[in-house]
Parts: sequence; C-alpha cells; structure tokens
Amino acid sequence: MSQTRKQLLVDPLVDNNPITLQVLGICSALAVTSSLNVAFVMSLAVIAVTGFSSLFISFLRNYIPNSIRIIVQMVIIASLVILVDQIIKAYAYEISKTLSVFVGLIITNCIVMGRAEAFAMKNTPFNSFVDGVGNGLGYSLLLMCVGVVRELFGSGTLFGITILDSVNNGGWYVPNGLLLLPPSAFFIIGFLIWGVRSWKKSQVEAREYKIQSLEIH
Amino acid sequence: MEALISLAVKAIFVENLALSFFLGMCTFIAVSKKISTAIGLGISVMIVQSITVPANNIILSYLLKPGALAWAGFPDVDLTFLGLISYIGVIAALVQILEMILDKYFPPLYNALGIFLPLITVNCAILGGSLFMVERDYNFSEATTYGIASGFGWALAIATMAGVREKLKYSDIPDGLQGLGITFITAGLMAMAFMCFSGVKL
Repeated sequence: MSQTRKQLLVDPLVDNNPITLQVLGICSALAVTSSLNVAFVMSLAVIAVTGFSSLFISFLRNYIPNSIRIIVQMVIIASLVILVDQIIKAYAYEISKTLSVFVGLIITNCIVMGRAEAFAMKNTPFNSFVDGVGNGLGYSLLLMCVGVVRELFGSGTLFGITILDSVNNGGWYVPNGLLLLPPSAFFIIGFLIWGVRSWKKSQVEAREYKIQSLEIH
Repeated sequence: MEALISLAVKAIFVENLALSFFLGMCTFIAVSKKISTAIGLGISVMIVQSITVPANNIILSYLLKPGALAWAGFPDVDLTFLGLISYIGVIAALVQILEMILDKYFPPLYNALGIFLPLITVNCAILGGSLFMVERDYNFSEATTYGIASGFGWALAIATMAGVREKLKYSDIPDGLQGLGITFITAGLMAMAFMCFSGVKL
C-alpha cells in the first residue's frame, strides 16, 4: 500500500475525524451507543456503506451529469443501505430490532454523502474506496469509544459480558442509569471532543468574541 | 381526538426528535448560531415534515404494504423492502416541488426559507419521522398529527438551542471546548430538561 493510500485510511481516525472535526453523521452516532453489540453492528454497516458507495460513485463519476448528481448518489446509497438492512435483518434480527430506524438513516448520514461529493467524484475507484473505509473507521472509532463508556459504566458489561458486578446481581457496582439515557451521549461526545482538541491544538475553534480580561495580561 | 392530542404532546416533548432520538443533529448543531436563522429552518422542517409523513403514509398503505396492491390486482405482492428508497425519493421530490411553489407564488417566504430547503432533503429528522411512522404503524390521521407535532418539537429544540448559543458566545470557555464541544454539552443539558416531561400523560 502506497504512502498516500495509507494516509487516506489513517487520516480520518484522529486528525480529520468526521465526527469530532467535520460535525458529520452525529445523529446515529449518539443513538446506537448504549450497548457495544449494537454499536459494533452499526459501525460495520456504516463502513460497508461508505466504502462501497464511494467505490461505485467513483466508477460512475465520469458518466454522471453534474446537474443530477445528488439524485444519482442518493439512489446508489439508498440501494446499498437497503442491502445492508436486509442482511442485518436476516442474520442479526434481535440487533436489527434495537437499531430500529437507524440503519435506514444511514442514507441521510452526512458522512456518506459528504465523502461521495467531496472525494469520490474526483478520485479513482480504489482510492475512493480506501477513503470511504477510512472515514467509516473514524466514525466507528468514536462510536466504540462512546459505546465502551456507556455500556461499562451504565450497566457494568462489555459486549454483554459482565465486567463490573452490579448490585442487582449481588456484586458491588452501582450502575449509573444516566449513561443509558440519551443525554449522556451528548456529554460523552462533548468531553471526547474536548480531549481530542486539547491533544491536537490545531483543531481548536477560534473565539467569536475576545473576553476583555484575557487581553489585559 | 384525545389519543391524537396525547400523541402530539408525546412527539413534541417526550420523544423530541432532536433531543431524545438525535435526529437532524448535523443541521441542529450547524445552523443554531443565530435565533432568526434557527427559527427559519425550524419552520421549514415543520412544513416539510407535516407534508412528507402523511404522503409517505399514503405510499405505504396503497403501494408498499403486503397486500396493499390488491386494488391493482396483485394481492400477494409485498414491496416493503423498497421502503427506504421510495421514502427518500418522495422527500426529495416534495422538497423540490415545495421550493418551486414557494418561488412562484410566495416569493417573500421563498426568500426567507429558500436556502434551507435543499438542506432539508438530507436532514435525518425528516426521513426519521417517516421511518418512525412506518415502525409504529400509524394510520393516516395519526401520521398527520405526528408529522406536524414532531416537526414542531424539532423547531422548538433548535430555536431554544440558538437562544442559548447566542448568549454562550460571550462566555469564557476553555479552548478545547470552544464551539462544538460546549454545544454538545449544552444539548445534553437540554435533553435532560426535556426528559422531565417523560412523566406527562394525558
């Protein structure tokens, strides 16, 4: 694998993460992270869809008229999502029930559309595929981080295996119920972004207003 | 009637699309810097939502459901697997038509809302609304109520969020939290506040 392709794959993980930096595709990232199993299946689905939609769109990029490109991209993405949805329903029915509408919502996941529009329309199929998978992995990385925190401290398990013995089962750990509820996902992502940006200073956003006391000393 | 009101209250407060299902988050975060634009977008979402959910309900019950094609002489056909692609198609087409109608007959409204309409096609709140309608098996009147109410709930959430953010930009926030980070935490606090409604039953 050449240097640039490796770059394409690794870059979206931290340096240019679709969620923490580009604010894309957060909707589903928050909703499916209360258990790791579900988050894992969702990650696989998103990696598959971003990778293959970039691949196919890149194959067709010279034949798509510019004025209807959005519709064409939408049709390709929607067909792939239907395929993924049917596969999940066939092989992991229980998980597909928990994911409910969120598999379908991969269609409107901005990461997929964003990569198709920004990268796959201008690059060769293989590079686009790598770029799509890379961005899918960046999304998955964040999803898994949030999932680990929420499942471990919310119910004391990881992938359904007990790690911290909860009080209900005669153990010592008192599960933090808040972590299983929607608001916790917002907090965890907020803090993750804080962490990433304290590490990578270049990602910090500029202030809109300077506070006066800051300028005095 | 009572059931519909309770459905509407539930869709606006308890099951708020933005704050408890995280739908339309990308636009929710990106366009909530100013109250006036946020309200504009909120109203557009509400209008589109209240048209697309009932429209998709009609498509579902007369074209896609198992046995829905009985009127055309195909009682055994089940087209539900085509659901996703037809809903997104309907949404894209309706948004386009709405844009043209507004442009032709209500220019001032078009000038105010026009820039938001293309954004709405890829807003997960719109597709999510239709998918929830399918999953919960709403009938036509329920679907209409749900469409209007969930759109209103989303508009309410983004307008309040914009209000908070307008004040927030004057405050002293740690560098790493600036912008996106603090917005997420604010959204989390708002989601907690909205959860207080979950005890409300009519």
